[in-house]
Amino acid sequence: MLLRHTPSTTPERHALTINPAKTCQPVGAMYAALGIHNCMPHSHGSQGCCAYHRSALTRHYNDPIMSGTSSFSEGASVFGGQANLLEAFTNIFTLYSPDIVAVNTTCLSEVIGDDLTQIINKAYEEKKIPAGKIVIHANTPSFTGSHITGYANMAAAMVKYLAKKTADGGRQTDTINLIPSFIEPSDMAEIKHIAEEMEISYIMFPDTCGVVNSPLDGRFHLYPRGGCPKEKIEASGSSAATIAIGVLGAQPAAKLLDTKCKVPFETVEVPIGISATDRFIDTLRKIAGASVPSSIRIERGQLVDAISDMCQYTYGKKVSLVGDPDILVPLVEFLNDLGMKVQHVLTGTSTNKYKFEERIKNICGENVKILAGLGKDMYLFHQLLQADKPDLFFGNTYCKYIARDMDIPLLRIGFPIYDRLGHSYQPIAGYRGGMNLLIRILNTLMDRIDRDANEEEFELIM
Amino acid sequence: MRKIAIYGKGGIGKSTTTQNTVAALAEMGKNVMVVGCDPKADSTRLLLNGLAQKTVLDTLRTEGEDLDLDDVVKVGFKGTRCVESGGPEPGVGCAGRGIITSINLLEQLGAFDAQYKLDYTFYDVLGDVVCGGFAMPIRDGKAEEIYIVCSGEMMAMYAANNICKGIRKFAEAGTVRLGGLICNSRKVDRESDLITALAEKLGTQMIHFIPRDNVVQRAEINKKTVIDFDASVEQAEEYRKLARAIESNTMFIVPNPLEMPQLEELLMKFGIAD
Repeated sequence: MLLRHTPSTTPERHALTINPAKTCQPVGAMYAALGIHNCMPHSHGSQGCCAYHRSALTRHYNDPIMSGTSSFSEGASVFGGQANLLEAFTNIFTLYSPDIVAVNTTCLSEVIGDDLTQIINKAYEEKKIPAGKIVIHANTPSFTGSHITGYANMAAAMVKYLAKKTADGGRQTDTINLIPSFIEPSDMAEIKHIAEEMEISYIMFPDTCGVVNSPLDGRFHLYPRGGCPKEKIEASGSSAATIAIGVLGAQPAAKLLDTKCKVPFETVEVPIGISATDRFIDTLRKIAGASVPSSIRIERGQLVDAISDMCQYTYGKKVSLVGDPDILVPLVEFLNDLGMKVQHVLTGTSTNKYKFEERIKNICGENVKILAGLGKDMYLFHQLLQADKPDLFFGNTYCKYIARDMDIPLLRIGFPIYDRLGHSYQPIAGYRGGMNLLIRILNTLMDRIDRDANEEEFELIM
Repeated sequence: MRKIAIYGKGGIGKSTTTQNTVAALAEMGKNVMVVGCDPKADSTRLLLNGLAQKTVLDTLRTEGEDLDLDDVVKVGFKGTRCVESGGPEPGVGCAGRGIITSINLLEQLGAFDAQYKLDYTFYDVLGDVVCGGFAMPIRDGKAEEIYIVCSGEMMAMYAANNICKGIRKFAEAGTVRLGGLICNSRKVDRESDLITALAEKLGTQMIHFIPRDNVVQRAEINKKTVIDFDASVEQAEEYRKLARAIESNTMFIVPNPLEMPQLEELLMKFGIAD
């Protein structure tokens, strides 16, 4: 069986990562770029990078993810990628006519020092970019950061290139900007549902709903119907306020929008579970001056009811998590609210800009083991689990090897999920998402109880 | 075939010294190839009587990877085979990667094959060993002897010492060795003593002291090496001496680079006039 040799001890280890708990920056950047309507992502580097990033997203969403590449050759690596990128612009706009091309760099183009700003300016000068079309770029070297950093960089690039300041620099509309972190389209939809129930005018970007989970209608859509139109991102500069939903993935864009267009922002954690959703709705209510309708109170009440009906199954259960910081914190909070005992939290993404450890300890006390940042990998996570076996754990598809080795139920969450369906369609955010999550947790735990129960303890009614 | 790389601070006269020495070796009847590893592609100008060279990388760019060796090798003074790696224009791309690409390509094309009966290959490398690419000529046993061109000026000595750090790293894992320092005089006080002392500290020798002579510049203006320009001048003899010293050199060592205070101490000892 795979991974059966992972020990339960954790001897000190340097300069070696085994099964990293993160992926490349451009994966995140490409995902964010898909959150713009009629946008063609473009990878400035070798073909292999682009192929990997595309396939990671394609497998995760079971939808074809389109992206261009500068197709670096040996020559481009030596002479710089300008000629390739200029040609790419001509080809992309001629053949695929997007409204916008979002370029992400790669390790190679970063190391040779290609200056994207200069190349894009040259492309405008040489009329390689047709009138009315736009090119934006984000620097996404993968030797630093993770897919979350890449997502944050591309979201910030949208602000940098597109958001427009109003003439007097003041507030023009009652609209609220909602900038989500790297979350699923289903969660973005759930956040929009909440704003809509509260009758709040909003602009959400990036918004991947309807792009990476678009319906099959018998025709191929190079640009599916979803995504935030570029005009709306331009208008975000005159909104009343911004809510950054997630510290690492969303706050940099919100901060830049404040600096550039004087749109004040507030950062909230991704609304997963009751407490985080309560705080999100409260922030939304205050900033937009809206009231919370009964429809949302009902959603909340149902979740509270379900939790109290079933808390005997969640209470005291030991749980471990590996994933991305913006999702982990509210998820830990929800599990803690369910009475579960969080043992380990691990992420391969650097949390320097987030009081990650402090937040988690605040939620579930000092006993939780938190490992965050460079070099924190799945192997270490497995070692920790070997030493203290949980009843349930959360992680991406790669965790299935650990689940099999240790016979612990795994709930798939985060990126990537290559082997189960659902994340694109069923949210974990909001109260309804909380209900989904609760049901998944209960089903998993109760299936296990049924599987393991002696005949005399096998219950019909649970 | 002896494989030699010439390093040294930018502007110290590496290309000039290399080509003049190569001219002397060619005069002695040696078969020599010069591989210029500088994006400026000016390492073979004197041997070819002008910048007539199409670089390996330019050829690669325009003609793709199936280029012919004859496209990039030009025959210069007394049959010397001249190649320029070339590289990107200043400020873009990656010159270091260019050198790696170019040298790999030359090997693939068989530029160093036995049929050419080469006695010497000289790699003339730009400035400092700033990145892995510029260390390519001393990796994997490509060049096995290194000569560092320097002068009695502080920065030239500092660069020489720094290059020794690079050599040491590759020498520990491979066959590359330091063959000596070539002092290309800048008419600094007690320059010969100073470089001899530096060489001793590094564990090597000053293989030759080339006095300053304006005939070198006159020859350069005429796109010629000194021997090509006027074989009878005294300076031509100096390059012949250097060529003979390299020919008969047996002192190949792994250098011990100096710490900064040691280097300054050396300069204090010799550098301050009386």
